[in-house]
Amino acid sequence: MGTNIIKINALNKWYGKFHALKNINLEIKKGEIVVICGPSGSGKSTLIRCINFLEKFQEGSVTVNGTVLSDDIKNIRQIRSEISMVFQHFNLFPHLSIIDNLTLAPIWVHNESKQVARNKSLQLLDRVGIRDQADKHPNQLSGGQQQRVAIARALCTSPKIMLFDEPTSALDPEMIAEVLDVMVELAKEGITMLCVTHEMGFAKKVADRVIFMDEGQIIEENQPKAFFDKPESERLQLFLEQILGE
Amino acid sequence: MAVFKQQVAKKAPNLKIGVIHWLRENLFSSVVNSVLTLLALYLIYLIVPTVVNWALFDATFAPVTNEQCGREGACWSYIIEKLDLFMYGFYPPESYWRPQWVLILALIFVWIAKLLKQHKYKTKIVTTLIIIYPIIALFLLYGGLSLEIVETHKWGGLMLTIVVATAGIVASFPIGVLLALGRQSKMPVIRFLSVVYIEFIRGLPLITILFMASVVLPLFFNEGMDMDKLLRALIGITLFQSVYIAEVIRGGLQVIPKGQYEAADAMGLSFVQKTGLIILPQALKISIPNIVGSFIALFKDTTLLLIIGLFDILSMVHLTSSDENWLGRSTEGYVFVMVVMWIILYSMSRYSKALELRYSTDHKN
Repeated sequence: MGTNIIKINALNKWYGKFHALKNINLEIKKGEIVVICGPSGSGKSTLIRCINFLEKFQEGSVTVNGTVLSDDIKNIRQIRSEISMVFQHFNLFPHLSIIDNLTLAPIWVHNESKQVARNKSLQLLDRVGIRDQADKHPNQLSGGQQQRVAIARALCTSPKIMLFDEPTSALDPEMIAEVLDVMVELAKEGITMLCVTHEMGFAKKVADRVIFMDEGQIIEENQPKAFFDKPESERLQLFLEQILGE
Repeated sequence: MAVFKQQVAKKAPNLKIGVIHWLRENLFSSVVNSVLTLLALYLIYLIVPTVVNWALFDATFAPVTNEQCGREGACWSYIIEKLDLFMYGFYPPESYWRPQWVLILALIFVWIAKLLKQHKYKTKIVTTLIIIYPIIALFLLYGGLSLEIVETHKWGGLMLTIVVATAGIVASFPIGVLLALGRQSKMPVIRFLSVVYIEFIRGLPLITILFMASVVLPLFFNEGMDMDKLLRALIGITLFQSVYIAEVIRGGLQVIPKGQYEAADAMGLSFVQKTGLIILPQALKISIPNIVGSFIALFKDTTLLLIIGLFDILSMVHLTSSDENWLGRSTEGYVFVMVVMWIILYSMSRYSKALELRYSTDHKN
């Protein structure tokens, strides 16, 4: 802990004329767990998607693990190989079996042997509790199981950073818990996590820092206890009232 | 407040089954429906007995001459005598085993691929087979080395039809894939060229392209450097077919959700890896029924080869029915070709349906 693994400096992004991210400055330490919340359209997904360059930005800089993001393809691939992402809609590859979904990146991006990749993948499936489904296809699994596979897939390249883009938003209420459990376990292991989510319970439990965004800017950030107990800005107070139903 | 007892699942009630019930439900459910049913029955009564009598009961199957055949029924003796021409054209009879083996090898290779199922080297073996098959087939059909060479102008009949359709689809497939990807490309020049090519060829009927290939193409060659007529036709057909394959595959590409691209990108896959491992396999799977569909269309279009002087199965009717021993028997010839074509095309269409069912499970989450 201590060194900054992600450094975002004066980041601005426009979709056409729409100013989606307004002068974002953010530093994330190695091993830190950061939860980003905010109303929909506030730019929180866009922000984390800028970190692995799924979204291009027009101004500012993003530095990941000492490398400054640039348009250079090699540079982008290098950074992406160190960052894993879990999506709202899982985005598993439906034409591949679960195990093949997991071994794809280790084999093709990290040049691991098939056997090594397979063993590691099976261990990870074990950890998320679905090793017995390894040879099935994604559409044979429930939403919760699919998202756990997606987390295992994200982990099997041993990433330095994990990005979660609303990982539980597309799940039935019954399945949210099983995914959150996996994420809580993960948080204990010291991996850097950036998590866009509405699960405030998760934020309270594991986050080192919670960030509130609205209209493309960071409004407030704090440690979880202070964030929830003593929100300073009016907008955050309103948001918390609505989301926690008080 | 109320708490309800848990219900036990019951068997679904039996549907009413029975001939009378089915008739009433489907054929005589309303006045209009009844009238249409009777009308259709009357039409069947008019057509079917006549056709069946002509084709079967009054027909001659024995190997006799034209005069010995009756005029009231079909004379299948004509087909029997000319069968070799219908199948192989002017291919030398002593070499019929060559096209036969090409077909048998195809069946064997398909059978091997099926047997392998989940074998470790399945992809490698199948790829090898796919690559070596055209080479073996060409060698067997055309000859070379110790095999006697059979010039392509001797090829004909159903054999030519199948060769042209298969070669057309095989050659146009990779070009079609590239065109489809080109049309989706982020690079403006590539996209522009692909669109221009696709839209240009799509605006032309096959027959103009075949004329171009047989008449215009030779103008580009130096004197004395002649190009095989069949090869020219194949180039024309490939140019034509690749565009339709491209559009079919583009349809498949458009169905792939954006998330698939993003997931592949986020992993750090390169463009080639992303396309080859994630996007194309899914797009092709989705496109298979339509690819088979455009293969069926191509198979039918091969009958246009007649125009540029190649003898496919249909043009064999022209040729054989002008034989003075068999004058006036072209009806039998056309009916025969119709039945052969229908059997082949209908099997392909069934096959495509089966594939569609098999691959319909993806992207339902």
